[in-house]
Amino acid sequence: MSISVSNISKSYKDVKALQNISFEVNEGELFGLIGPDGAGKTTLFRILTTLLFADEGSATVADYNVVADYKKIRNNVGYMPGKFSLYQDLTVEENLSFFATIFGTTIEENYDLIKEIYLQIEPFKNRRAGKLSGGMKQKLALCCALIHKPKVLFLDEPTTGVDPVSRKEFWEMLKRLQQKGITILVSTPYMDEAELCDRIALLQDGKILEIDTPQAIINHYPKPIFNVGANNMYQLINSLNDYEYNHSVYPFGEFVHYTDNRSDFDPKTLKDYLESKNLTDVVIEKTVATIEDTFMELAKPSFSKTSEHNVK
Amino acid sequence: MKRFKGFIKKEFYHIFRDKRSLFILFGMPIAQILLFGFAITNEINNVDIAILDHSKDATTNEIINKIAASEYFSIKQMVTREADIASVFQKGQVKAVLNFEKDFSKNLIKDHKATIQIITDATDPNTANTISNYVSAILQQYQKELNKDITIAYQIVPATRMVYNPELKSVYMFVPGVMTIILMLVSAMMTSISITREKELGTMEILLVSPLKPFQVIIGKVFPYIFLSIINAIVIVMLSIFIFNMPVQGSLVLLALESILFIISALALGILISTISATQQTAMMISLMGLMLPVILLSGFIFPISSMPFPLQIISNIIPAKWFIIIIKGIMLKGVGLEYIWKETLILMGMTVFFIALSVKKYKIRLE
Repeated sequence: MSISVSNISKSYKDVKALQNISFEVNEGELFGLIGPDGAGKTTLFRILTTLLFADEGSATVADYNVVADYKKIRNNVGYMPGKFSLYQDLTVEENLSFFATIFGTTIEENYDLIKEIYLQIEPFKNRRAGKLSGGMKQKLALCCALIHKPKVLFLDEPTTGVDPVSRKEFWEMLKRLQQKGITILVSTPYMDEAELCDRIALLQDGKILEIDTPQAIINHYPKPIFNVGANNMYQLINSLNDYEYNHSVYPFGEFVHYTDNRSDFDPKTLKDYLESKNLTDVVIEKTVATIEDTFMELAKPSFSKTSEHNVK
Repeated sequence: MKRFKGFIKKEFYHIFRDKRSLFILFGMPIAQILLFGFAITNEINNVDIAILDHSKDATTNEIINKIAASEYFSIKQMVTREADIASVFQKGQVKAVLNFEKDFSKNLIKDHKATIQIITDATDPNTANTISNYVSAILQQYQKELNKDITIAYQIVPATRMVYNPELKSVYMFVPGVMTIILMLVSAMMTSISITREKELGTMEILLVSPLKPFQVIIGKVFPYIFLSIINAIVIVMLSIFIFNMPVQGSLVLLALESILFIISALALGILISTISATQQTAMMISLMGLMLPVILLSGFIFPISSMPFPLQIISNIIPAKWFIIIIKGIMLKGVGLEYIWKETLILMGMTVFFIALSVKKYKIRLE
């Protein structure tokens, strides 16, 4: 077992950041922690990287206890914090060789591992890290976290603030690293990235809602789900929210994901209702649930407390 | 060892790429020593004064000429009426007015007694005091000349000799003080800022999750500043020797060793500050308020400790700068060796060990 977390709890004064968290990550697995800001992802990362003590519970990383064997863990893991944490006044190359040196290795020694990523930023190797674009910074940070060939890689929101193309590239890199036998624990607030993980844990308000493969989580979605579209999005959402039988209404791109709380739901009745509200071009078609739908469904009881814009 | 070297290399990159810290490191020592040496001085020179002469006779003329001839005063204007004195002061044109009474010569001859009123602008009390002393000295000199034929039966002649600084140059007093301030500032403030910067930028998190040991991080952080502070100390001593002609009487080696001791104690204080502050701003404020002010006010640099209220005298003992100033004044001005300053050195050493122990103990290997 590469990472094993059992009954971890952690509070900051009155805020319960983590409540009784347990999960396990297998060797060579790409495991995702999915949840909105403030769900407790960073706290969990800090406990696993030996930066914080948990109030209760225990955890091991690469079979080392996070409290007793913290020095061993610090030798064997790579950590990329959520905030860009390299030296902005050092160049790309200086940053990389600095991190290689403090881990007692050299760039040449583990060049194979970072080669694919480093080649992309190599043209800028004499540029100061502070002057790189968001995507470049993340690639450099990943290189620095990998330079000592860690057994376990911790990536805290590596793609936040990165453009869609770089995000996609970044995930492709993670997949390749995984093939080299590195266990990866990654957190993200982006639901679409969840589907790229082997297994995910949905995290909300310091509690795990569900742990499974992305496909299994989608299959768990309890209700038929519909794409609803019309000429006026704003009015459509309002009308659906006013509809007495609605179970959930979430905007999703150019459609609204809609579920009904009747078991014998007939789309025709909804269409009539919407047209009675002066909406035209009404489209209602069955669709498959996404991780986001599942997350919303699972998080529902507490959803009223967290505002919608928290979920990116 | 390789890790350590890599870390120090990184620190030097930080220092040399940040213009602000470079300025604090090298611009400030030179600016301060020149400022204190030239601008801030207790001596007076060419002070503007005014004269109100009610008698205008031979004696007053002679006195006025003597005063005008001295390099300390230049007579800016003659006032004719008592009532004008106030306005002359208000305009700020002169620092003092000499008021000769009516019939000065006559009184002197008849009654053997004549009076001059010295009115000084005491908004700056030190200058006012000095002016009045200088004027009195000139008058006394004149009086002696008048009485040179007469022998007074009983006479006490004070023969003053100012040792270690016979010309009473204020730079002799400022150089040790400024050196102390600068070493304190560079060492404590710069280290505390450089450690808290890592915390603020989040790089500390990565350093913690690395095999670097706490003492490697700390020594890696302070080493460049030990080096730069020594350079600073050398620059200051050179400036004082070559620009202010202030010779170092004692052993340069001893001076260097004592300076290194003080630098280390200041660095330890800097580390201590960094462990209790989360941002660079806080670290800077604590360094400035918590270190600079006591160093300037309570170390005996500007205000003599012996004339402080008793509680402050006690407090001054816990300020490392006080002991360092005693030590370097001893070495630079009196030329004493370790046999005279071993007590102060021992105190400073004790403080240094205490600060280092405390800061290593307080250094966090985790985030909380």
